[in-house]
Amino acid sequence: MTAPAAFPDSARPRLARGIRLQWDDVRSQSMLLFPEGALELNETAAKVLELCDGERTVADVVGILEARYPGADVGPDVKELLGRLEERRFVTRDGRPPAKERP
Amino acid sequence: MSDNGGRAHSNDERPATLIAELTYRCVLRCPYCSNPTDCGDARYRRELETEEWVRVFHEARRLGVLQLGLTGGEPLLRRDIVELAAGARAAGLYSTLVTAATPLPRERLIELRDAGLDHVQVSIQDATPEESDRIGGTPGAFPKKIEAARTAKELGFPLTLNFVLHRHNLDRLGGMLALAEELDADRVELANTQYYGWGLHNRDALMPTREQVERSRDVFEDARLRLGSRMDLLYVIPDYFEEFPKPCMGGWGRRAIVMAPNGDAMPCQAAASIPDLTFPNVRDHSLDWIWWESETFNRFRGFEWMQEPCRSCARRDLDYGGCRCQALLLTGDARATDPVCSLSPLHDIVVQARENPELRPLVPLEYRSMKGTALSR
Repeated sequence: MTAPAAFPDSARPRLARGIRLQWDDVRSQSMLLFPEGALELNETAAKVLELCDGERTVADVVGILEARYPGADVGPDVKELLGRLEERRFVTRDGRPPAKERP
Repeated sequence: MSDNGGRAHSNDERPATLIAELTYRCVLRCPYCSNPTDCGDARYRRELETEEWVRVFHEARRLGVLQLGLTGGEPLLRRDIVELAAGARAAGLYSTLVTAATPLPRERLIELRDAGLDHVQVSIQDATPEESDRIGGTPGAFPKKIEAARTAKELGFPLTLNFVLHRHNLDRLGGMLALAEELDADRVELANTQYYGWGLHNRDALMPTREQVERSRDVFEDARLRLGSRMDLLYVIPDYFEEFPKPCMGGWGRRAIVMAPNGDAMPCQAAASIPDLTFPNVRDHSLDWIWWESETFNRFRGFEWMQEPCRSCARRDLDYGGCRCQALLLTGDARATDPVCSLSPLHDIVVQARENPELRPLVPLEYRSMKGTALSR
């Protein structure tokens, strides 16, 4: 299995279908929910995923985060996170889902 | 939330999964059904009402549950299944419909999607229509399942296919994987029969040969290399062929709650086979009390209840002594080491059951029924 190419700045990442980002107020923790499982997300990962709506590009997401945290170089971390989640098929890079898939 | 003697509950003591057996009524008659052998008993016919289930979903979420399995029997036989899916979403649970999909019409799938159902799991009994329908005991079911699986994908659901494996179908594992590929499944569960209840009753007819198990491992490994980047593949060999037992349900009262159609809360699907356990019911108790306080959920927690060789075993944190129901069914003692374990003094019971099944006379399968007369034990 070859690793997919890193996320380009122009990609429009979003959660894959059937994947849900949810705040768990019992555990005080952001969770990524998927078939038969859940992944605890740290605060940074949750903030990145909240912005990945299939319309914003990776560059947009990085820009928003850098405006929020001046001086931070978040680009490599964002791409690394998205790459790892894409490998597990939690994230896709192909933009907005067709209308019938929307909640 | 109960405070357990002033100590706050840590997150890893909380359950993650609720398996809601909405009804034991079913359209299939699989001879390894995980429902109790007395699934036709009058007490299970007093099924929880819609609002009782929805209350349980909310209580489960407050307790920490994230994943909800809407299962059965056949959950689609509940006329309120769409309302239940909506209730699950409102409670904040990630819901899976675990169905035989016989039938599951398109309109119903659309209603379920719009209600907030997250994920569909379709069970298929074998790779070919004839064999699948034979094991399910329901002629004509196979094409309906395939149709429903395709529609679920088309409507945007993640799709899991579930195949239960045994002597009659293990040689067609490659065909099952090809079917999963054709249907573009996101997940495939290939799990050998577990020998409790109906499965134990039919054990001699279902137990594969060692050669079948070995061959199937190779077939699976090939498929994993080919398909592993596209779908999640899960393969479970029969635990009778393992050296050490499985951490059943992730440990007794550690990860999951199973709820029978009448609201009996159980630590696992086979727990009703342990005769001296009484199951707290959500009509009488809160789920919170059931999880933290009830004797049943506490009985095999931790290590105090263990006997040797489990008690001093380095693996006890990994497998929790194996399956309590299997220990009871095979040794007569629910506290015994699961005899699947090669360290168990009674391991020979398992060895005898798995050796040379091809030399035994072929015994007919006894199909699941809700009459329960043949299985009064």
